[in-house]
Formats: sequence, structure tokens, C-alpha cells
Amino acid sequence: MSDASTGTPRHRELGLTDDEYALIVTELGREPNAVELAMFSLLWSEHCAYKHSRKLLRRLPTEGPRVLMGPGENAGAVDVGSGYAVAFKVESHNHPSAVEPFQGAATGVGGILRDVFAIGARPIAVLDSLRFGELDSVRSRHLLDGAVRGIGHYGNSIGVPTVGGEVYFEEPYEHNCLVNAMCIGFARTEEMVRAAAAGVGNAVVLMGASTGRDGIGGASVLASAELGEGDEAKRPTVQIGDPFEESKVLECCLELLAKGLLVSLQDLGAAGLTSSAGEMASAGGVGIDIDVGAVPLREADMEPFEVMVSESQERMLAVVEPAKVDEVRAICDKWQTGSAQIGVVTDSGHIRVLKDGEVVGDMPVGALVDGCPLYDLAPAASAAWIYGNRRTLAPDAGSAATLLALLAAPSIASKKWIFRQYDSIVGSRTVRRPETADAAVLQLPESGNAIAVSIDGNGRKVACEPFNGTVEAVLECAQNLACVGAEPLGLTNCLNFGNPEKPVPAWQLDRAISGLAAACEELGVPVVGGNVSLYNEGPDGPIYPTPVVAMVGELPDPARTAPAAFAKEGDAIGLLGPFTPTMHGSELAKQRGELAPGLPEPRVAAVAEACATVREAVRAGRVASAHDISDGGLACALAECAIGAGIGCRADLQELRERGCTPEEALFGEGPGGFVLTGERGELEALGARVIGAVGGTTIELAAGDRSLVLGLTDAAEAWRSLDDRAESVAEPPADA
Amino acid sequence: MIWGVLQFPGSCDERDALHACEVVGGEARLIWHEERDLGGVDAVVVPGGFSYGDYLRAGAIARFSPAMEAVAAHAAAGGPVLGICNGFQVLCEAGLLPGALLRNADLRFVCRQADLLVVDGPKTGLSDGFSAHQRLSIPVKHGEGRYYAPEEMLDALEARGQVAYRYAEGHNPNGSVRDIAGVRNEAGNVVGLMPHPEHAVDPLTGSTDGRAVFKALERAAA
Repeated sequence: MSDASTGTPRHRELGLTDDEYALIVTELGREPNAVELAMFSLLWSEHCAYKHSRKLLRRLPTEGPRVLMGPGENAGAVDVGSGYAVAFKVESHNHPSAVEPFQGAATGVGGILRDVFAIGARPIAVLDSLRFGELDSVRSRHLLDGAVRGIGHYGNSIGVPTVGGEVYFEEPYEHNCLVNAMCIGFARTEEMVRAAAAGVGNAVVLMGASTGRDGIGGASVLASAELGEGDEAKRPTVQIGDPFEESKVLECCLELLAKGLLVSLQDLGAAGLTSSAGEMASAGGVGIDIDVGAVPLREADMEPFEVMVSESQERMLAVVEPAKVDEVRAICDKWQTGSAQIGVVTDSGHIRVLKDGEVVGDMPVGALVDGCPLYDLAPAASAAWIYGNRRTLAPDAGSAATLLALLAAPSIASKKWIFRQYDSIVGSRTVRRPETADAAVLQLPESGNAIAVSIDGNGRKVACEPFNGTVEAVLECAQNLACVGAEPLGLTNCLNFGNPEKPVPAWQLDRAISGLAAACEELGVPVVGGNVSLYNEGPDGPIYPTPVVAMVGELPDPARTAPAAFAKEGDAIGLLGPFTPTMHGSELAKQRGELAPGLPEPRVAAVAEACATVREAVRAGRVASAHDISDGGLACALAECAIGAGIGCRADLQELRERGCTPEEALFGEGPGGFVLTGERGELEALGARVIGAVGGTTIELAAGDRSLVLGLTDAAEAWRSLDDRAESVAEPPADA
Repeated sequence: MIWGVLQFPGSCDERDALHACEVVGGEARLIWHEERDLGGVDAVVVPGGFSYGDYLRAGAIARFSPAMEAVAAHAAAGGPVLGICNGFQVLCEAGLLPGALLRNADLRFVCRQADLLVVDGPKTGLSDGFSAHQRLSIPVKHGEGRYYAPEEMLDALEARGQVAYRYAEGHNPNGSVRDIAGVRNEAGNVVGLMPHPEHAVDPLTGSTDGRAVFKALERAAA
């Protein structure tokens, strides 16, 4: 088939290669018709088929004693005891957000919520990982503003708290921002469901919103290709969210599952009915007939292929025993949401699309869902720094001025401006609100314990060295959990990378996945799910390789967590862990325009040991505060603890000098494994921490040889809180938007 | 003491309100928006959230629900009613409370802890039992919480003691006129406020100052 006006074969316009098209012809034994070609092009897209990443993902450890659901389900799930489970998943909505930030981010949240309640878990929290270009760019502020409003619009309206997240501002994300949304769900283990269709003769019921022409081709046209010229024309491929509809569908589905009325349930996301019906049939080893004439439509004249690939939001697909269909539909009516029996489970092993009794599409499930060829990458390491360097801080700036510049860096400064636009408390589980501890803490009165969640991924470090940088991201998560007394149960991830068909992004992806596998293996943390977003490039090249990792941990008593901020005057300050900071990939190296390849190899086992020490100390109430040393080094970590408490501190960094650090590295160098703990001197020493100072006063005084500094707490706080004003100055959207 | 908490499509905080009622004491049950009978509850809570997606205007659709007719009858008979956030908006739309809630002055949703001052009311009012000018730390979270009424109406409300809660100095999160965070009806048995007392009953998740707001409702029902 080809487009008569351009002469380009239709399959290429839909993103399929000639070889892939030939394979489809072989599988079908004939040329596909328009309906079939549309469906194949979506399920064989990078977004749905993971054709450039699936082989690499096999390296990840996925098994653990607490894992209830692993990769392949709508969301991963771990056992939190007493018959309860916590489900979680993170997913990207990068390209839609780059084209239309409000709806892109809003529907990103909506989509991840559906993934979680599709397995029968009630969503109890959302976290977000966001990346934009530098804050001084008008486009970045426009995208930031839109994405934050969109996340708030959806999460606030549906009554799920946004309890944490992280944001970085870096030039390589200027054209291709990242919006990764994570959802946590809570369920009775016995009430969780899988997405496999079963029971020949069972009804297939579509619930929720009606189906329109929005989001057609979102997975293939938008998500599986680089952004570039003319993307404004792709705006119709971005879906429009309706959190009120989702709220009704959510409550409806949870009621249906609690009453045992569903055989299985699946959300409709990328590729709409095509992927949900295909995946349910594939998982169950059955076939499904879909009657597109029975699908409730927003526009009466939709073509069968449009019905099959529409990405209209707030829809769920269920398999229901015939005798229970009426009861299911009555409950949908009660919740004022739509329902229609649109198909039936068959033993044909085919997905068949019918219109007015006529078959308009007929494909083997195996070919459609699992038949896409998987590709090996052709990676080539880059010895050079392929990203830019921009100097914003003079290399001879004094120590106090440097600390102020780091605290004011948009990636380090307080994100209160963002967090206050999100409801962080609905649901009555939020024990630690955003920015009060290193990880979000949610109490679970039903199971008598609590969970902690952290999401991290410093792309700049991964750009310096993909393997070690990814290991650092995992360690950062583990350290954050340790600070609130939580033990990791499982990890999920969202791998945001450039074009995998190019050698350097391919190398970054390959090495990052190996690093992720190695870190998880050594920490004993299973990977229970994940998402891959490729082709994240702008006109200037790929984004920083950005594996976003999210870890969920358990803590026995929500009352026994530590704040990040200092607790009281007079407490001793202890430094714990195998922390040997360097300038590699640091915020200071960035500000000086001195970024270069290379990142030291993290000592994973030693960091894990330090995490265990901190975790037990927090649980036992032996420390008054705990904060991990992250961006901006020890000086920024101490300043953050001081600003949060409104109390100054005095510390001598000689300990780090003894580990071979220069005064500057001791102050501002970065690396994994460091914790700032406060409490009784004797307790800290008993934990193996080196006491380096004390809490008190109204200044931050740090002794570091010829780079010693004294900074007023008020000045430090002003710098750290400066994002409020700078982010608020949202200018008009760029002219092309 | 039996509490009834309304549930509309799009309600968000109804389970939190239910929990808060139980913490304060007594039995609490959800009342589906299509119920015409409140089932003999002593006090009604109209909870927060986004009833009907806040479409048209916050609270504008929920006020027409059958359960709201029953709430109006309950209120007319002197029964205590507490509207929180979206519930406050619904009560204003229903004409059970004076004034209106507009979009926040900075046009952004805001979630933060805020200090409230309890304003003296008639002895029959829900502020009965508070010490005058008692200060409460209770979170707010809303996009349309800017209280508004014309100047003459505000003067009349103040003269009749109908202002129930004010934001403390520096805590007005939304540009509400005269720092008004909550109002009561003339009889004093219907109170609405934007802050969320149901999110201030557990020391682990914040303050416990919200319990006093429920306690006042309990006393009014006694």
C-alpha cells in the first residue's frame, strides 16, 4: 500500500521498515489491509514492542522473596505483610509533554494511575521525575509551568496525593523535556488481578469514556521517533485527560473487583484497544473478537482502524463471565460511567475485528503482539564529551559565593513552588511531606506498617559514565530510603535515552542497563517492572541518558522515621559511609563549564553496609536527623539540613581531607555513600560515624583549609528558596507554541 | 453520635472525613449522593474533592443532588452541617451559606499548612467550646478558595457573628476578603471552611488541631 499523493509506502509513514512489513506479509500470508496495517504499526512500534531494548532488559534481576508481580504485568507488586501488597510503576510521557505540556503531563498521570488500578490496587500516591532545559529559557519555564499544572490538575482532582519527586534543569533537555510519572497502589493481595484474558465465550466489556479521534498514532508517530521540525502538527496526537471520568472509572473498577465480578482487567493506553485486547489475548493464550460497531463513539463516522487505535483516555477493558455482564454494567451505571460489551473471548488465537458482521481485520495474536523482531544494538563508546559546557560561575569564586551559587542552582534549590501546587495529603497516609525527608513516607494502618518511596536519576552523571552513573542513581535511592528507616523491597525504572539506532545512545543504553542490573544484583533489590522511552533527541543531539529509578521500601513503624533537617541546637553532626567525593559530573563542574567523561566506580557493598547502619539507627531512634549527601556535596547537604531547621552549624571537613580530598572536593565534591546524621555524640560514634561538628548558631561555618567558609543562614536560605520567584516569572509561551 | 459524610462522584476526601469523625468519636457512614434520606444521622459532613469534576463551577452541580435536598431539610430543622473545601463550595452554591468561592488570587492550586483564628460566634454556633481567638494549624488545598462577598454583605455577616474562621496574619493562601476562611449561617448550625480539619486529626500526618472543629460539630449536635 502507498500514499498516492507522496508515493511513500504507507507502512513507512506509519513507522515500519520494509523488512518489518515483509515479515507481516509472511505472517499473514497476504498483504495486510488498512485496519491490520494500522494495528501492526502500533504494536510493532518501539513504544509498544521495546524492539531495541527488550534483549538488554533480560539482564535485570526480577526475582525476590517479596515479589508478587513482576515485569509483564500492568504494574509490579511486592508483599508488605498481613495480606497486603504495594503495587508501583513509573512511565514516561515525554514527547506528548514536549508538544503540549499540560495535557501531556496530565494524561501521563492518568495513564499510570490506570496501570495501577488495573491490577486491583487503589492508587495512594504519585511521584514525578521531571527534566527541562535551563530555567533561564522561556521554553523551559513554559514547559515546567504546563507540566506542573497538568500533574496537579489530574492528581489533585482525582484525590491521589503527589508526595514527592525530583526535577533537574539541564541544557540537553531543552527541546525534549522528560515527564516520568510514578504511581503507588495498595491492595489486598488476594484481590489483585492479572491482565490475562481467559474463558472462551466470556464477554469483553469496554468501560469508561467513549472513543474519539484523539491520540491516534500517539505511540508510533509521536513516541517512537525523534522530535523535530513540524511537531506542532503532531499536537492532535496528544490525548486530552478528564480526571473526573477517571475518578468514576477507578471507583467503579475497584468495586467490581472487590465483588469478584471480573475475570481480568486491563487499561487502555498507548495503541488503545489494539494493545489491550492483544495483550490480554496473548497473556491468556486465547483469541478475541472485537465488534467496532458496539464501541461507544464520540463521532459516529469513525473508521474501524480509528476505533482500534484511538488513545482516548479513561477507558478500561474487562473480561466478564456472560452471566455477570448485567451486574457489571449496573455498577458502571451507578458510577455514571460508560460500559458496552464489545467482544468475546474465542479459542481462535486470532484478534478479529468485525464491523456489521463483516470481518475487517484478522491477525494471529502471536504475530501481532510478540512477532515484532527484536534488534541488537550497534553500540560505540564515546571517549569525548558530546554535550555542551557553559560556564556560569567563575572558577575563582570564593567558597561562600560558590555555596550560594550551588544552593540557588535550580536543580538543587527548594522545589516548594512546585510541590505546593500538588495535594500531598489526601488519603491521610502522608507521614513525611515533600522536602521534609529524603524519601516520601506513607503509613499503611491496614497492615500496621509503612512504606517509603524515592525516585532518582541524575542524567549528568550517567552522561559522564553510563554504567557508574546508573549505579549511583540506584544507590541514591537506597540511601534516601535508609534515611527514613526503610528497607528496599523492589525497584522500578524508566529508561529515557536517545535514538537507539545511533551508536552513542545505544552504548549509553547498553551500559546503563548493565549498571542497573549490577547494582540491583549486589543490593539484592529485584526489578519488578519498567518502562523504556527512546528517541529522546532534539536538533542538538540526544538528551542526557536518564535512567530514572524508583525504589519502594518498608519500615515497621511510621512514627520512627528521621527528618532531613537538623533537630536541635547542640546535637553533634556525624559523617557516615564510604564517601570520597570528586568533581566528576558535579553541579560545580557544570557551573564552571568543566564537565568531562569519567565517573569513579562506586563501592556498592560498602554503601549497602552504610545504608543498613543508618536504617537500623533511624528505626531505633538513635539519630535525630538523617540526610544523604547528594548534589552540591557535603556543603550543600549541611546547608539544606540547617535551612530546613532554621538553625546553623559548624563543621570541620578534615575527615574528608584525610580521605585524600582537596578542600574544594571536601566541600562541593559529589559521590555516593555519604550520610549526614545528627544526635548524641556517643551514639553517632557508636554507629561508626565520624563526628565533624555541631548544630547551632545562625551561620554555616565550614572549616576546609584554605577554602573555609562562613555563610549567614538567612543568605543561604534566600538562595535555596529563590526558585519560587524565578519559576513564577512565566513569560508568554514561545512564539511557535 | 452518628455522623453522615456525603459522597458525590468526584469526591476525594470522603474517606478521610469518615476517619476523622471516627477519631473524634462515634459512628460514621457514607451517604451516597442519590439518597433522599439521611438515615437518621445526627450531623452531616459535606466533604472535599472535585464533585462532578468541578465542571461548570465548583459545587454547582452537586448542590442539585437528592442528598443535598435532604441536607437542606436537616439544616432547616437545626441539624448541624459542616462543609469542607468543596463541601463549603457546595453549601454556598446551595444557598445554605452566604458568599462565594472564587479562583485563588494567584490562579494556582495551593497546598500548605495554614494558621486559622477561631472567631467568636453565637452560643449555638459551632465555635462554641473554642476559646476566643484560638489558633489552629490546619492544611489548605484548593484552587478555588478565595472567599468573596460584597462589602455590605460582609459588614452584615461580621455584625451577626457569621465569620467563623479567619486566616492568621500572613497565612491567607488565596486572597480571601477580610482573611475569611470559614463562615456560618445565621442560626449557627451550618458552617463551611476551606481548610481541611479532617487532615489534622493524626499527629503522624500533621497537627491534631482539626479535631476541635469536629468536636464543635459534635457539641452542636448534642
